[in-house]
Amino acid sequence: MKTSELIAALSADPVPEPIRLGRRVALALAIGFVGSVALYCLMLGPRPDIAAGAETMRFWMKCVDSIAFALPTLLLTLRLSRPDAKPGALALWLLAPLLLLAAGVVAELALTPQSAWMSRLMGANAVHCTITIPMLAAPVLAALIVALRAGAPLHPALTGAMAGAAAAGVGALVYASSCPDDSPLFVATWYPLATLICMGIGALAGRRLLVW
Amino acid sequence: MMKASIAGDEGAYRRLLEDITRSVRAMARGAFARAGAGDADVEDAVQETLLAIHLKRHTWDPEQKLAPWVYAIARHKVVDALRRRGRRRVEPIENFEEFLAAPEAEDPHALSDARKLLEALAPRQRDIVSSISLDGQSIAATAKRLSMSEVAVRVALHRALKSLSAAWRRSVE
Repeated sequence: MKTSELIAALSADPVPEPIRLGRRVALALAIGFVGSVALYCLMLGPRPDIAAGAETMRFWMKCVDSIAFALPTLLLTLRLSRPDAKPGALALWLLAPLLLLAAGVVAELALTPQSAWMSRLMGANAVHCTITIPMLAAPVLAALIVALRAGAPLHPALTGAMAGAAAAGVGALVYASSCPDDSPLFVATWYPLATLICMGIGALAGRRLLVW
Repeated sequence: MMKASIAGDEGAYRRLLEDITRSVRAMARGAFARAGAGDADVEDAVQETLLAIHLKRHTWDPEQKLAPWVYAIARHKVVDALRRRGRRRVEPIENFEEFLAAPEAEDPHALSDARKLLEALAPRQRDIVSSISLDGQSIAATAKRLSMSEVAVRVALHRALKSLSAAWRRSVE
């Protein structure tokens, strides 16, 4: 086939309804979030002392930090899905959740005696947390990957990893009210580990499913 | 012009693709030459880029300039094509804008892989693509000849272009 012939075929193929990538990603986020909450209701439920927990600063730190991580990673994922877009200053917003977490850790270290540090860090359910966050992130990641197949990322693995990070942020937010460990020491250790797992899965999925 | 094309102006879209083709061809030829890869597969890279531009045109943000978007896709595809031919070291391609000023014509002797890839399509899809591309028939005429509805021909054509792109990708692996 000559190139001029290909052009004839291409120009005869109008797409009647343009795909809006941002809208698709938003829809995927909503579907994934519902899936994640459904898993939460089926398998976890809130922790018994949720009312008391919700009055502490530590508890809300978990939620705020999850949102502060999910937002920039989600926007970066969208940006990475367009071939001509640059991450730009948006990438700097990734520092926000890290700084927030670091501030929490410093405050915790200042407020609690040294002897309690290790037990706070290990918490009551470190392994459970590390496994559950990726599980709750899975519906979000799956929906995002499906939506992003309409995109054209120059770096499919990186884009997948970023989608994994965004999904981990949403998963952590959903998980927060079930997790009995509120200490920033715990959150700064195990939540990032869970996030890395999600990013790894996202990178693998991206490399397979987001090439074009 | 891309806006008009997305809105469904077939003629404008065709002219735009022709313009893009000339620039991409010049760029691909330069990149192939620098990589010492010869000219033989340049046209494949051009066609792959065109297919990608077509199938991914919704990823262009109308608020942005068109050239950087075209260039990003072309670079991606040309680098892919070179890598496939075992060129590890792929040099970045400089200013795309200068190629806009130096369009090149298609090499009439270059036979494209697309012919082989066309054979990978289902018979009906192949029939539709060649009817529209090789014979230059309109959708309406093709639909009449195959006694299909116009919508069905459109859908089949779109699917065929997608499979063509997928077949190309498989040949990368």
